Amino acid sequence: MTIPAVQPWMVLTLSSFIFIVGLAGIVLRRNILVMLMCIELMLNATVLSFVSFSKIAFDMTGELTAFFIIVVAAAESAVGLGLLIAMFRTLRSVDSDQIRLLKE
Amino acid sequence: MDVGSPLFFYLFAGIAMTASLMVVVNKNPVSSAMSLIVAFVALAAVYALLGAHLIAAMQILVYTGAVTVLFVFVIMLLNADFPSLDLARTSRSVRAFTVFLLAGLIGIFAFIFRATEFGLIQGGFTPEIISAKGGNTKVVSELMFSEFILAFEVVGILLLASIVAVVIVAMRKNAESGGGR
Repeated sequence: MTIPAVQPWMVLTLSSFIFIVGLAGIVLRRNILVMLMCIELMLNATVLSFVSFSKIAFDMTGELTAFFIIVVAAAESAVGLGLLIAMFRTLRSVDSDQIRLLKE
Repeated sequence: MDVGSPLFFYLFAGIAMTASLMVVVNKNPVSSAMSLIVAFVALAAVYALLGAHLIAAMQILVYTGAVTVLFVFVIMLLNADFPSLDLARTSRSVRAFTVFLLAGLIGIFAFIFRATEFGLIQGGFTPEIISAKGGNTKVVSELMFSEFILAFEVVGILLLASIVAVVIVAMRKNAESGGGR
């Protein structure tokens, strides 16, 4: 039994699968912690896409961009969690349904 | 596409897909964070199989070493480690419709990627040239400090700005006691 070789479309489909699972988490979940985790998943799917195109085209720019995306994602998660702490201090909740100050 | 061993690629791709689904489905945020670690490690293995060794190491260091620990730290700080029943609040039909639409989107993406012949302009970094120049890490590092030095500096400024922003946002404001700390 021989294992089929990996084609570029398999890697790109894996990337889009993870991106869309993250999108589903953003849409369906109300817990902001989990929503931030899903943003990380989506950014990671983008990194995978950049790395695979870098491999397909024999070009290193994709990997450099992937590195910068990782740095920006780390900064983003730090700011997001800081905002989450500030929100928890006023609302006593991590639920996005509780953000309704403008409605009241 | 040469990925070393196809078996390992399929194995780690399966682990990454399962773990990323678990992140969304799990009720407890701590379980979600643990699934996120598994997904990140599996993705790091996929990057390593694709030949991006520096990105794989960065993934382990930054994501599983810093970001996920930060998540678990915040969960413990806020005492948020109880099951949240937020998935059950959306109606069943809306959930089913969303999952159906997004699954269809994955199918469309897979179909398009499979049908497309990528007519990309080929760069000069074939695996032979990379290994002749001293490996992936060396090539990426040399590019980072020559051609991409401006982006590197800008990213450094961004990190500094985000540190300042987090301190300002998360600082407890005591307006009545004269501001300051």
